[in-house]
Amino acid sequence: MTRGEYFFHYLVSVAFVKGAGMTLLITITSLLIGMGVGLILALGQGSRFGAMRSLTLTYLWLFRGTPVLFQLIFVFNVLPAFGIVLSGFASAVLALGLNEGAYMAEIMRSGIQAVGRGQRTAGRALGMTEWKVMRFIVLPQAFRIIIPPIGNQFIGMLKLSALVSVIAVQDLLLIANQTASANFRYLEALGAAGIYYLVLTTIFMAVQGRVERWANRRGRRGTMQPRSLTQRLIAWTSGQVAIR
Amino acid sequence: MIEESMAMIDSNAQQQAAAVPLLSIAGLRKSYGAVEVLRDVSFDLCKGKTVVVIGPSGSGKSTLLRCINLLEPIDEGTIVFDRQKISGTDAHGHHVRIDIGMVFQNFELFPHLTAIENIMLAPVEVRKVPKAQARDTALALLEKVHIPDKADAFPDELSGGQQQRVAIARALAMNPKLMLYDEPTSALDPEMIKEVLDVILELSNEGMTSVVVTHEMSFARRAADEIVFMDGGRVIERASSERFFGGEVHPRAQKFIQTILH
Repeated sequence: MTRGEYFFHYLVSVAFVKGAGMTLLITITSLLIGMGVGLILALGQGSRFGAMRSLTLTYLWLFRGTPVLFQLIFVFNVLPAFGIVLSGFASAVLALGLNEGAYMAEIMRSGIQAVGRGQRTAGRALGMTEWKVMRFIVLPQAFRIIIPPIGNQFIGMLKLSALVSVIAVQDLLLIANQTASANFRYLEALGAAGIYYLVLTTIFMAVQGRVERWANRRGRRGTMQPRSLTQRLIAWTSGQVAIR
Repeated sequence: MIEESMAMIDSNAQQQAAAVPLLSIAGLRKSYGAVEVLRDVSFDLCKGKTVVVIGPSGSGKSTLLRCINLLEPIDEGTIVFDRQKISGTDAHGHHVRIDIGMVFQNFELFPHLTAIENIMLAPVEVRKVPKAQARDTALALLEKVHIPDKADAFPDELSGGQQQRVAIARALAMNPKLMLYDEPTSALDPEMIKEVLDVILELSNEGMTSVVVTHEMSFARRAADEIVFMDGGRVIERASSERFFGGEVHPRAQKFIQTILH
């Protein structure tokens, strides 16, 4: 087989498709966990109760103050000592999700704060409880505001998910690495994996663009300018995605 | 004989019912830190009446409105609404606010909802009115504020005057016993002020009990059963519209009217 044939062989192999599928599954699951945790943390930060605020700060301190790779290995190797044995996949999404939450909290918080005080007052004046104001007025508007940064987190998470290969989760990178180490065809195997990463990130971008257009149509016109592909690429590399 | 006396008791009761104000404020005090915003404010408002509150900026008018529906906690005094003492029940303020509509200077429509969704939200989620019924009510209210064709428009597709009329419809949808208007036309272009004031005046004439904070003197003259003039957190003058604009008022109020009119 020529180099090209190896490359193409890997590109369409079941193992690589499965690996890409695993990468996608880890990305989406971790991001959803991260959004849930982030929302709880954001609400905790704005809480009336001091204990809740301290708890939130401690969480942020722990998860932002240590490397995500450390957290990944910690969950996989240390939790079993306390009787919590998780599969590689479960460890991966738990660690990535909890870590993501610590960063998502800031996005959620800024989104919630961007909804004006007057909007909350208007909701309260209609007889809504604080919770209903949050649920029907603040969060739907905050969600529209945070769509662009969440899209960036999504892309960041896709790339971060490559770390899970260290705890033997069969993601795209581990598959490529294992394949190559059998016959030293690194260029072909990693090239094929690279194509999958690029295809996935490009699909994400297209989806993000669609979601932003939908959100624009549902009111708040003009707050989100449509962005070109180039602008999106620049946004990823301009330091908006936190370094972990 | 017995019937006669029963009838008398009955009519007495009715008179008394009419005499019990819907809203009664006594000795209201409110400070932000060291700044006293409201100093000993008292007034009563009977059912079906409209009181217009006027006064220079910073005289505490808006704060007064926000205290009435418990959006702001008060420091001293009592507020009685619909025979219930509501002051001091801030934790359950949302129950009180179900029955008190409020309209804001900046409209504060919810930008992610269409006009009709704005109007339906609280009836459906707070009063638990069935959606179809809330929709019918909302359409009728849009008719009432003269924009029946804007039901599916988003707030940013409406002019300021239209937005404020949707905001009035949104408040009315909760079927409030009292309406509070906080400078409802201050953020509007002059040509739109009339369309909003006309709606408020119509509601007022139909017997909606209202407290209106405004700088629109011709509106005050036409709509008010009573004018309350505030300055420096105090009620300086309470007078009927005729007496107030007839000039038999406190010199400070007179000076204010002069500056507003010229």
